[in-house]
Amino acid sequence: MWPDPDIDTFVADHFIPVRLHVKAQAEAYAAASERFGASWTPTTLLIDAGGTERHRIEGFLPKSDFLSQLELGMAHIAFHEKRFGEAEKGFEEVVSRFPDSDAAPEAQYWAGVSRYKASGDPKALGAVRSAFQKKYSDTVWAKKASVWSPS
Amino acid sequence: MPITWRHEVDAALEEARRTRMPVLLDFTAAPM
Repeated sequence: MWPDPDIDTFVADHFIPVRLHVKAQAEAYAAASERFGASWTPTTLLIDAGGTERHRIEGFLPKSDFLSQLELGMAHIAFHEKRFGEAEKGFEEVVSRFPDSDAAPEAQYWAGVSRYKASGDPKALGAVRSAFQKKYSDTVWAKKASVWSPS
Repeated sequence: MPITWRHEVDAALEEARRTRMPVLLDFTAAPM
């Protein structure tokens, strides 16, 4: 996962990076792990500008999976900040750039939700349900979308 | 681009509030 130049660049471009090593920053590590409920390493938290955790990555992931999770988390942050157009674009990029990742079906779901939040048009949700019938049909995200009326 | 890691959580959160940039907080035990 790290060090990797692509991940480093992405992190440097999009986040204020904080690293706490269990030994090198033992006191700060202990306090922050208690504060944020981080009980295992590696754990990576994406925290929005208001100080709220919006995404959590626990355990090792290969490079492309880790990048997909970072981009997914960025889109979740945009969603919670009600920047729905930006969120939709971010989620769709996860699906298009990392179609085989675990992040992709979750991103497909939230792209539809973002589109609905931006437009108020329930057809956006129906379209996502239909999309799940074609791809990622065996995921929990397809189950969650199954309640929406088909478009 | 190498990352310049910070080690002070509250200072980073305060900077995030001012700059509207999110924080990535990494807990690690990787060999140094």
